[in-house]
Parts: sequence; structure tokens; C-alpha cells
Amino acid sequence: MISLIIFYIISALVLIGSAGVIFSRNIVYASFSLLLALLGTAGIFVLLLAEFLAIVQILIYGGAVVTVILFALMLTKIDDFRSLSNINYWPISAFLTLLALIVLIIGIYQTKIDTQNLGLVKFSKFSNDLFEYWGIPFEIASLVLLVALIGAIVILKDRGNDS
Amino acid sequence: MSIADLFNYFSYVSGLFLSLTIIVLLLVWLERKVLARIQMRMGPMRVGFHGALQPIADAIKLISKEDILPAWADKLVYWFAPIVVFVPAFLLWVTIPFGKNMVIRSLDLGLFFIVAISVLSVLGLIMAGWGSANKYAVLGGLRAAGQLMSYEIPLIMAILTIAILSQSLNLVEIVDKQSQIPNIFIQPLGLVLFFIAGLAELGRTPFDIHHAESEVVGGPFVEYSGAHWSVFFLAEYINTFTISILTVLLFLGGWHWPNIPFSGNLQTILSVFVVLIKTILVVSVIFWIRATYPRLRIDQLMSFGWKMLIPMAFINVTITACIIYYDELPLWILPILSVILLILSAVIIQRKFSKNIINTVQVISAKSLLKEKSEVDIN
Repeated sequence: MISLIIFYIISALVLIGSAGVIFSRNIVYASFSLLLALLGTAGIFVLLLAEFLAIVQILIYGGAVVTVILFALMLTKIDDFRSLSNINYWPISAFLTLLALIVLIIGIYQTKIDTQNLGLVKFSKFSNDLFEYWGIPFEIASLVLLVALIGAIVILKDRGNDS
Repeated sequence: MSIADLFNYFSYVSGLFLSLTIIVLLLVWLERKVLARIQMRMGPMRVGFHGALQPIADAIKLISKEDILPAWADKLVYWFAPIVVFVPAFLLWVTIPFGKNMVIRSLDLGLFFIVAISVLSVLGLIMAGWGSANKYAVLGGLRAAGQLMSYEIPLIMAILTIAILSQSLNLVEIVDKQSQIPNIFIQPLGLVLFFIAGLAELGRTPFDIHHAESEVVGGPFVEYSGAHWSVFFLAEYINTFTISILTVLLFLGGWHWPNIPFSGNLQTILSVFVVLIKTILVVSVIFWIRATYPRLRIDQLMSFGWKMLIPMAFINVTITACIIYYDELPLWILPILSVILLILSAVIIQRKFSKNIINTVQVISAKSLLKEKSEVDIN
């Protein structure tokens, strides 16, 4: 009963945060709303007994991603974003977002996860599975991150030589 | 979950809050006394026995002070920032054990939880800096973000070595693994890395560039006063205590003392005292460092973090993981390698990082010599 109440509170927070990201005119408010939505998602993961996922969500999105976004925002003038928000690409982005939403909804209805009988997976079992059965996807993911890291450095280095 | 459970949680939270507040008051008094003794002063003496009631008087003064809102400040962000700094500092204590069997909830992923939650307090500092609409506050907030994010990596790596060593992320299990040998004898390098990175995370003196009075006035807290400033203050001291108690639990053997006498409840109470005494020793070392070392410059801080601490932390993790994975290697290699690396890093710091300072000093002295010489020539 209480977990249901907590679920509604957290979902309300997530919805408020997401609405804030979209409707806020102030870009810094929008990023704080993004933080609220992401932390709320972590709360929903906790309710689903996925504590590892919840902690990763807080660490990566709450700690790192939002901090980096804010860092970038504070080094730029806020007036620069006012003109950016009036660009005419919104039909394309709306179409793409709608497409992603449809794919997600189909995906959610296709999966057959039993949400009634949740069991807590021990972290040791989770990590063993991650490195034994999912070793190659894990390595590919880390390779992608490494490529992104090196790419960022290369781009930055070229900029540095130009100026 | 029933009403009784809710009542239980409420009593846990209020008990925790009360004890942390008392600890903070104690730490404030201790810091002023330790600093005063090192600088050959008396410190607070007037209020209570040797100034013991001074922090309470200060707290009453702070709470009754007027809260000022700058005219250009972003109201919502400005008032929310102290909460965002304070809540993570407080939330960590859910899984930190004070003593034997003295933990609110022993989480399996305890250390990971602590790392994840402590990252969030950076956001509060950025919010405070941005919300104040003050140049110095924004600069301080950005400095805090850069510093805290870069020193998080060696901190997490040092924690990771301990997790590999004790094959667990649960703080209670990690302490229980140290009943024979505390981790400081296995991982001296890990302790040094953790302690330095922890100091930087706290923003205490050698690394307090984000609220350096002589550079950015007071950093993100310039505009705050009264009760809201005291919330930041409370969070800072709670974090100091957290890093110290984590040092004790991870490296100094927690509540293990060679043969604690008695058994049952009495032993539990005694174990709390053992942890507290060890923690207060570590806190005193932090205060001692504050009284001894000058502040680093921001470029020195960044280069020290990225060129020294992070490579050492990665080497440490790799060595520990290799030795734990290959069982046939004896475990005593680990402390020897750790000590060798520690000495090596000390030598590198001596050679590389003090060179700039020596150069600056030499340039200045050469200039002054030239000046003197020219004055002599004129004469």
C-alpha cells in the first residue's frame, strides 16, 4: 500500500521534471528539471528492486551527465540559447521523438516481464552474469566509450592548433 | 510496511540527525582548539569549560541572523541549493556503521551507494554559485565542479581496491575481513590516495580553492547568511566526519581492536567508542594538515589530480586485481609493491611537482639580486 503511494509520488516527480525540461524557457531550469526526472527514475528502479540500476542511474545521470551539462551552460551566455530555441527543425524532432515513443511502447508490450513477483538479484550473481554471458556486449560498449573519448580529444586538439 | 515501521524509520532519522549535529558541534570546537594550540593560542575559552559551549552559542547566533536574498538572485535555485548539498551528506549515513551491529541498513552495495550519493553534492555547489548571481560565486561553483569531478576518480579507484581486496561492497563485511590485519598494512598506497582524494572532495585546506577567501571571496557561499549558510557549514563538517569514518572503516580496521573485552551489548558500546576514537584521530590529522599547509593553486591542483593521483590509483587497482586473481602469488607481495609505489610517487612529487615552485622562487630571487646589483651600480 505504502509502496503504491510512494510510486505515485515518484511518478508525479518524474512527470513534473519531464514537463519542466520541455516547457521551461530558462535553460538552467530545464537542466535541473532533467535532474529531477532522472532521480525520480532511479526511485522507480528502487521500487522494482533493481538497486544496482538505481545507483548507476544516480551516479551516471545525476552526478556526471547533469553536472557536465550545467558546466557547459555556465561557460556560455544564456542569451545564446534564446535564439537557438526558435529554430525551424521542430517538426523533424517531433517526428523522431514520436517514432522513438512508438518503438518504446511496442517494446514494452512485447516483453513479458512478470512485474508481480519481483525477486532481488544478488549483486555477485549479476556481476558474474555480466562478465560471463554478456562479456562481448560489455566489451563493445566500453569500446564505443573509448572511441568517443579519443574522438573528443582529437577534435579538441585540432581546434587548439587552429586558434 | 505498517505504521510501526514508519515510526521506526522516523526515530532512526531523528536519532541520526541529533547525533550528527552533536558530532558537528564537537568537531567545530575541536577544530578551533587544535588550530589554536598549533598556532600557540588558547582558542575559545570564555563560554563554558574551555569554550566547550562556544559552538552552541555560534549556532544560536547563526540561526537568529537575518537571511539575505540578493536582488538579482534566482530565488528558487538559491533557496534549494543548501538542501541539495545537505541531503546527500545526510543520506550517506543510512549505510555507514558506527560500531558492531550499529548500522541502520546494511546494504549489499553500500560502498557503491556512498560513492553515488556523494557525487550529488557537487550539484548543490553549482546551484548555489549560479543562483547567487555573483561573479565570485559562479567562479567558485565552477571550480568546485571541476575539482570534485576530477578527484572523484582516484577516490572511487581507492575504494575499488578495497572492494577487490575484501571481495565485497558491504561495509560491515569489509570491516569483518580486517579482524586480523587492517587494510592499512596491505594497502598503504590506497590509504594515501583515499585520504588525499577525500581531502580534495571535502574542499579542506590544501584543496580549498573553491571557497578560497583570498581568490573567490567565499566561493558559492558568498551571498548566503544566517540559517542557510549554517546548513552548508553543517554539511561540510558532516562530510569531514564521513570521510574520516570511511578511512577508519576501510583502512584502519573499523571497530576491531586486539581483543575487545566483554561481550554482548557492552562490547557493542565499546566498539562504538573504538570507532569514534579512531575517527577523531583521523579528523585531528585533517585539522593538523589545515594548520600546516598553504593552499594549492588551481593549475597545481588539477595537474596533481590528473597526472599523479589518477595514474597511481589505476596502477594500484591493476596490481591488486592481478594478485587477487592469480591465487598462486603470495599476498605479502601486495604490501611490498604498495610501499614501493608509495615511495616512487613521493620521489616523483618531490622531483616534478615542486620544480615549478623552486623555479618561481629562483626567478624571484634572481630578479631581486639584479635589482640590488643595479642599485649598487647607480650608487
